Amino acid sequence: MKRVVLISMLSAGSLALGACSKKAPEELPPPPVDTSVTTPTASPTPTGPVPGTQAHFENAVNGQNVIYFDTDQYNVDGVDAAALQTQAQYLMQYSNVNATIQGHTDERGTRDYNLALGERRANSAKNYLVGLGVPATRLRTVSYGKEQPVALGSNAQAWSQNRRAATIVIN
Amino acid sequence: MKRLFVLIILFIAAPLSAQDQEMPMPTGGEAEVAEDGGGLSGSVSDDGDWEDLSIAIPGFATDRDQPTAASSGGTSALGKELARVITADLKNNGLFRPTGPDALPQPRFAQISAPAFSTWSGRSAEMLVHGYVKARVDGRLTVGCYLYDVALQDELARDGWVVPPTDWRRAAHKCADLIYSRLTGESPFFDSRIAYIAETGPKGNRTKRLAIMDSDGANHRFITTGRSKALTPRYSPDYKQLLYLSYTDDNPRIYVYDIGTGRQRLVTESTNPTFAPRWSPDGRWILYSMAVGGNTDIYRVSAQGGPSVRLTDTPGIDIGGSYSPDGRKIVFESDRSGSQQIYVMNADGSGQKRLSFFGGRAATPEWSPRGDQIAFTHITGDFRVAVMNPQGGGRRHLTNSWQDEAPTWSPNGRIVQFFRTERNSGRTSLWQVDLTGDNERRLPTPVDASDPAWGPVLP
Repeated sequence: MKRVVLISMLSAGSLALGACSKKAPEELPPPPVDTSVTTPTASPTPTGPVPGTQAHFENAVNGQNVIYFDTDQYNVDGVDAAALQTQAQYLMQYSNVNATIQGHTDERGTRDYNLALGERRANSAKNYLVGLGVPATRLRTVSYGKEQPVALGSNAQAWSQNRRAATIVIN
Repeated sequence: MKRLFVLIILFIAAPLSAQDQEMPMPTGGEAEVAEDGGGLSGSVSDDGDWEDLSIAIPGFATDRDQPTAASSGGTSALGKELARVITADLKNNGLFRPTGPDALPQPRFAQISAPAFSTWSGRSAEMLVHGYVKARVDGRLTVGCYLYDVALQDELARDGWVVPPTDWRRAAHKCADLIYSRLTGESPFFDSRIAYIAETGPKGNRTKRLAIMDSDGANHRFITTGRSKALTPRYSPDYKQLLYLSYTDDNPRIYVYDIGTGRQRLVTESTNPTFAPRWSPDGRWILYSMAVGGNTDIYRVSAQGGPSVRLTDTPGIDIGGSYSPDGRKIVFESDRSGSQQIYVMNADGSGQKRLSFFGGRAATPEWSPRGDQIAFTHITGDFRVAVMNPQGGGRRHLTNSWQDEAPTWSPNGRIVQFFRTERNSGRTSLWQVDLTGDNERRLPTPVDASDPAWGPVLP
């Protein structure tokens, strides 16, 4: 899943982020284009999304509003750090925008533990953003555990897409 | 026990003289049989021969077919229905081979206390259940229950209950409990209830509602509307309250819900998320887990409210918790060693030590009401329900499926209930398995179901 993020970054080609590629080429085939994850409102309109909306945010961070984790892990790695830097830039630029960071897990964990793990992931992302200068008072976390998967299959690829922390802006 | 003795005296000339007698509903342990010895013994876990114990359960007789609020068909139709409920209770637990009223002749009222044994021995029945139901002038029902050994032509147990018509199924469960206890020597469990989460909707966004039902799935009732997602309920030991997690206002927190009033309150006044609620066996304490800055620990609070005491303080996720029956120890889950494992501590949080050392991850420990076993979810690729002893030894798997999790014990500690998730579809269902692991059955629910919590025998 790291690779999905990396690919979208490379194809965007506009950000020099020095992303660590330690996890990039793995045995997984190229994942399907992740369009199902992005919200339909992200499609560009003639006038463009309004600043402070989720669509505007996702455009501005080149779809890097979501970071991904390894099984049972919650550490921010190089790819995640790059994504969070773009998020931080946006949040610093639009200082009237608050954000909720949603922590999620894959389905291969027990219910209670996954709630706690999602909370830990959301806080990892939050702490990184705070470290970059985003005031903690503007960031809220919520864990959904395994309750809201975006990829619906029961396989390693789907699970890697579901182990995530998604940043949602609130105007 | 005194009360039971009185009942037996009342029953000596039963059923005719029992007409409209006041017979108080025996409570909990008092419903057990008075005499000791001479009964059949054995346990669920190690006696396969029990499979063949055949029990005939014909319809309960009535002295006079009378209308009752419990059945549109009057007391004689209700008599058959009582026998059907008892038959269903005793089925599928690997001990008995019950035959219900639809395949058996209907005894007359006078035969309830004087069975025609030759009829039943001719049908190869080893045990015979007889009973009667009568409508009282006050609208309530009197239900009598008798267990006979056909070969010995002897009565093994009897009991009787007066119930409001809405509780007629409880009388059937109490009769099933009487039979089960008398024949196995185990404690009863059918007269109990289950809280769980009813699931509908697509996998990516399930609607999850708090629901309750009898131990056999009857008297089903939704508690929450599903507008806010509900998870992980737990019945209080007196059945008056439910603990559960709700996403009210998009904040996952534990609420204490009062079933009588429909009111609820937060388990602790905090904006931090709280998870994994549990009661102490005496109902005086509540355990919950709270995440602060991403770090989850276990806390204890009085069921009346007040300040919380933090029981764990490691940097890892410490979560869940299940009291030993004597309330002195708590088994819980922690990833402080790197992955989910099972730990035990004293009820005040002291003396924490790891119990699970057998590879894979071990989660959701639940102490048996008997104290002799701990059920848990063993994760080694697939998720299996397993048990071990309180020292961490003797691990045995009870199920083998793709994802079985969250075991909860029957009130007598002989059956483990859990939920099963189907690969890909994500559909969930409730299952029960006995301690041999041989007898597994699905519990019927109106929609998909998860997070079961089995309460004690009803007060």
